[in-house]
Amino acid sequence: MYVAVKGGEAAIENAHAWLAEERRGDKSVAELSVAQIREQLALAVNRVMAEGSLYDPDLAALAIKQARGDLIEAIFLIRAYRTTLPRFGVSEPIDTGAMDCDRRISATFKDLPGGQVLGPTFDYTHRLLDFKLAADGEVPAAPVRDTSPAPVPHVAEFLNDEGLMEEAPHDDTPPPDLTREPLEMPADRALRLQALTRSDEGFTLGLAYSTQRGYARNHAFVGELRIGAVPVEMDIPELGFSVEIGEITVTECETVNQFQGSKTEPPQFTRGYGLVFGQTERKAISMALVDRALRWQELGEDFVGAPAQDAEFVLYHADNIQATGFLEHIKLPHYVDFQSELELVRKLRREAMQNTMQEAAE
Amino acid sequence: MSLLAKAPEGRVAQLLDATMKRPDFSWLRAPEVGSTMVRGRAGATGASFNLGEITVTRCALKLSDGTIGHAYVQGRRKADAEAAALVDALMQTDLEPSIQQAVLDPLNTEHAAHKKTRAQKAAATKVEFFTMVRGED
Repeated sequence: MYVAVKGGEAAIENAHAWLAEERRGDKSVAELSVAQIREQLALAVNRVMAEGSLYDPDLAALAIKQARGDLIEAIFLIRAYRTTLPRFGVSEPIDTGAMDCDRRISATFKDLPGGQVLGPTFDYTHRLLDFKLAADGEVPAAPVRDTSPAPVPHVAEFLNDEGLMEEAPHDDTPPPDLTREPLEMPADRALRLQALTRSDEGFTLGLAYSTQRGYARNHAFVGELRIGAVPVEMDIPELGFSVEIGEITVTECETVNQFQGSKTEPPQFTRGYGLVFGQTERKAISMALVDRALRWQELGEDFVGAPAQDAEFVLYHADNIQATGFLEHIKLPHYVDFQSELELVRKLRREAMQNTMQEAAE
Repeated sequence: MSLLAKAPEGRVAQLLDATMKRPDFSWLRAPEVGSTMVRGRAGATGASFNLGEITVTRCALKLSDGTIGHAYVQGRRKADAEAAALVDALMQTDLEPSIQQAVLDPLNTEHAAHKKTRAQKAAATKVEFFTMVRGED
């Protein structure tokens, strides 16, 4: 229970002034610019955009600076800002098949049209600290190789031809939107995907890992992982046609999962899907694994009681802003609440003591 | 409009101002910042779902001869939206060829060059597999 408490204004003001000073840190060290954060801490920026559910690298960089690098606090700032924006409309679904891929790999097929493109990855680095970065050094330009535009079809399409892959038929039903309607159960796949794409990376990673370790095991391969730019197209009512209004970088992961078949489906490969703003590969893979685990019902699998299968558990605990809001509120004044608890415990103790004394007397 | 929407900050204004003095106009809708909900599709091809929003700035204006220009640009960029709407309006006037040449062609070239550079860097990270032949003869 909250009770309005007065007082402490001066203390709060001074605390915020000190926060601003601590944020700046040692003034003999150069101040970080928002552009530096945007360019050089790009993966933090990407995470804030993905979980803040608003694609705007400058705003995300500003939020990271304001939050002193606390990414959940930064995500909170972005979510709060987002609610102030009027919504002009919704885009056409982005076409990830037409992505300009910076990276595109498949763990299931070695030779595939479009090839295995590693992109700017941490994979195959030795994970040794690079002390050259501590001194400011020039970075040599990345090598280039001549190339001509060629289609990079989705891996799922190859297996579709044989009927070995579960299909994902086109469906233009307007999806539910949890930023407009509260998240309610049962949640259909569109709603689950929206919740997962903005979910906390750590929580989603933990759940995805649990499925790999045997809780709702569904044996996932990364059929395909791609990162790159896609145009965003929106219908403009005053023009009467749709135009590209921007371009975003997204990470897409499609898993290929073993499936024995069920009463309704023949044995085939099934799919889990992850799509996340920015270069956010760990999150996209995690999302795909959790998406697949949550699909047990529609695929006619057994519910084995694993956390990753439980949509209510997953979706109601995946949002780090909801979670941190509720978690951190318990540090705010609960004096009256606690006063009544104190009274209760004192009363119970008094009664218990009296009973003991009475028993001892008898 | 797509080139204008994606142009780097300040670039459209720079190209426009280098070619002509801006014409007089009145606002039909002053620049405003808002968002667009971006959708994706489950499994890339299936049912659509809401992925998240992007920031967008839009405006509409009318030149003194009555020509209307619209702009939707990505991000929070009111000055860029104004320049883009002016270009959109001017493209419907007799100045179309010169605006095309002075503003849109350079934007197109720059955008294509940017894309090409990234594609070339990506191509350099494409894996070439070697088949190891066991020497048993």
